[in-house]
Order: sequence, then C-alpha cells, then structure tokens
Amino acid sequence: MNKKSSEPSDFDNSRVDLDAEFSASNIQEVLDKLDHELIGLKPVKNRIRETAALLLVDRVRKKSGLTASAPSLHMSFTGNPGTGKTTVALRMAEILHRLGYVREGHLVSVTRDDLVGQYIGHTAPKTKEVLKKAMGGVLFIDEAYYLYKPENERDYGAESIEILLQVMENNRDDLVVILAGYKDRMDKFFHSNPGIRSRIAHHIDFPDYQPSELLAIAKLMLADQDYRFSQEGETAFGEYIQLRMKMEHFSNARSVRNALDRARLRQANRLFYKSNKNLSRSDLMTIEAEDILESRIFNESSLDSDSDKGTN
Amino acid sequence: MMTNLGNHITQGQFSFLPPLTDKQISAQIKYALKNNWAIGIEYTDDPHPRNTYWEMFGNPMFDLKDPAGILMEINNCRKTFPNHYIRVTAFNSTRGVESPTMSYIVNRPKKEPGFSLLRQEANGRNIRYTIHSYATDKPENERY
Repeated sequence: MNKKSSEPSDFDNSRVDLDAEFSASNIQEVLDKLDHELIGLKPVKNRIRETAALLLVDRVRKKSGLTASAPSLHMSFTGNPGTGKTTVALRMAEILHRLGYVREGHLVSVTRDDLVGQYIGHTAPKTKEVLKKAMGGVLFIDEAYYLYKPENERDYGAESIEILLQVMENNRDDLVVILAGYKDRMDKFFHSNPGIRSRIAHHIDFPDYQPSELLAIAKLMLADQDYRFSQEGETAFGEYIQLRMKMEHFSNARSVRNALDRARLRQANRLFYKSNKNLSRSDLMTIEAEDILESRIFNESSLDSDSDKGTN
Repeated sequence: MMTNLGNHITQGQFSFLPPLTDKQISAQIKYALKNNWAIGIEYTDDPHPRNTYWEMFGNPMFDLKDPAGILMEINNCRKTFPNHYIRVTAFNSTRGVESPTMSYIVNRPKKEPGFSLLRQEANGRNIRYTIHSYATDKPENERY
C-alpha cells in the first residue's frame, strides 16, 4: 500500500553477510599464504587484495540480484628479473579459482615461441591451441614484448597479437591473460600496441627487493630445502647480498637462489673433505659462513665470468 | 523407406534426443576431459552409416582443461559448415584401448531427406538390399 516504507525494508531484508561469504571462499587462507611465502612486494599484495575484494563484492552483489558484470581481469606484470612475477602469476591463478572467476585455476606459461609460428598460416593454429589450453585458467605470457618486432614487418607476431586480442575480448569469462616483462620494454610494447594496453585493466609493477627482504627470501628458500644458515652464515650472506646488489646482472631473488645453490655445493664439498666424516643431522642441514665467504664476490672484483650472467 | 524419426538421422550418442544445447555439449566435453580423452571435431555431408571417417576440423585437441576452447572450435565449425553434419568425438589413447569412446552429432543440415532402400536382383531369385542417401545424389558441397 505505502510503497515508500516497503522499499527500504526490502533492502534491509536482503542483507548479506560479507564476512560469512569471505570465510566461505577461503580467501583469507590464500592471502595469508601469499603474505607468508612472498616476502615484500607490498604494491603487488595490495593489488591482489583489492582484486579479491572486488570479486567477492561482485559475488555478493550477484546473490542479492544486483548486476555484476564480470570485470576484465587481464593483467600486466612489470618488473626487473627475479622479482617474483611468475610466482605471483601462479598464485593469481589459485586466487581467481577460489573466487570462482576462473573455472579450473591452472596456469599455462608461454613465451613467444609457443605462440608464433615459422611460416605463413602457422601462427594462427599455434596461438589458438595455446589459448584453448589456457581456457578456464590463466595464460601467462612471459616476456610479452618479444611478440611484437617492429623492425621486421613480415614478422608473424602481429598476427598472434591480433588473435590474442580477439580472444581476450570475446572470451573474457573463460580466461585471464597475464603479460609479463621488464618495465621499460613492456612500456614500449604497450606504446606500439594501444589495443593491448586498453584491454588490460591492471598494470602491476613489481619493485626491487631490499637487502633485508632478500635475506628473508634466502632463509625461506633454504627452509624449503631443509637447509638453514648458521648464525655466522646468515651474517655472511647478508654481506654477500650487499656486495652482489652493486654488481651488474643482479636479478633479485634469482641471484639469491643461484648463490644458495653454489653455497650448497660448497657445503657438500666441505663436508666431503672434512677429516671427521661422522656427520650429524644438523651438520647436513647447516650452511656455514665459510660456504658463503668462499664466493668469488668476496675475493676479487673482476667478476666478468659471473655465472648469473645472461639469466633473465 | 528407412524409419527417419523426427526426420533426422540417428548416429552416435544422444541422437534420439532433441539437439543438444551448448550447455549440454559443454557438460559432455567436460566428462571426456575428465577422463583425459582427446577431443576432435569432424564434419561431413555424406550421412551414410558406413561413412566412418569424416573430415577433421582442425587438429584433435589434447591437454585441454576446460570445454570453453572446444566449444569455441565447434562454433567456428558451425559457422564454416552450417549445413553439414558435425560431430564431436572423444578418443581414449590408453595403450590397449586406443579407440573412440564418445561420438555425438552437434550440428545437422536443416533438411535431412533420409535414405532410400535399393533392391538389386542377383543370382536366382536373390535380392540384395542397400540404402542410399538421397542427399548424395548431388555433388559434394551442394547436398544440403
């Protein structure tokens, strides 16, 4: 009868519990895991939290009968080597799956070689096959700027980009595309392909790690492999990071991983040539300062043959 | 004349049912993908039941996770051959099995004239029977 009073009450009746929805989706668990396993990366985590919130609210909106158009979630990850782009992409697939945005939640990681063919007519089927594989999940294109080679006008990369754009637009509900690469080259890539830039809503920049963060990453990596630093070992590795960061070809967490691999090698060597071969469990696990101090970085400054060279 | 229920041929799975919707097709594809079967899309305009090998539309699709990609191909095929028979097959590549496990029609010509029964008088008073599709009287690609 009196419409005015019935309408607001209608709204009140259809209250939905955002908290209940939130805990039902297990998002917190994923976000906690993200916090715990990924050191640093503040802006990235913030962005992921925002995306999660948006998807959750959208879901609740849908439940209460409001329109919730599927947001476009194509992303671009830019950052220096070893800043965790691939790792985050993998986590992204899981998060989007939990939120029900992608159906399967698998990650298909490709580079130019998987998308672009060698002859006329080879590219389209190749690209389409990759896209079909990625449907229901996340397609991660590493070093995406290689797709576009302006210096070669007969390059088939453009064809691949065209198909990619088409599917990104038409099958928005079926897959999420994440482009990744180094900042400056990605910017150039987007600049010359405005179509792609406009279809990607989220540009996330991965900052470089601080030395303290790198040390935390190293400890986490070691813990994963059942190793640990001794007290002196940790201090030595802190120094190592300081020195290594000043050198060229420093690629953040990847350099740390390579350094740890070498330290493990030296540790094994040290144990092997030790006079007393009666080893305890903790001997096998511990990386000592000497394993790290033996590194070339401490001894000399001529580092032209550094083994991190060329990793990208 | 052969029985032509509802005026359409009955081959493969679900052919006595009304045409499958895209949602139903997706569900069937999902089942095949769950079993790790490779899925192919095939088309023909010769509906004779002994015509086993239809033309493939693109390559068979391995290692997919989600039906969306296959549905996209089916729709491409429908666009290319709106008046052909199109079927989806699932192939089980397990060693020792290596055979198609599913096959169902997802697209039909608008009008399916069906088959005639031919009688051939052979030795003595023997009669040989065969069926013949009316559609195949016309050359390929003009049949429907």
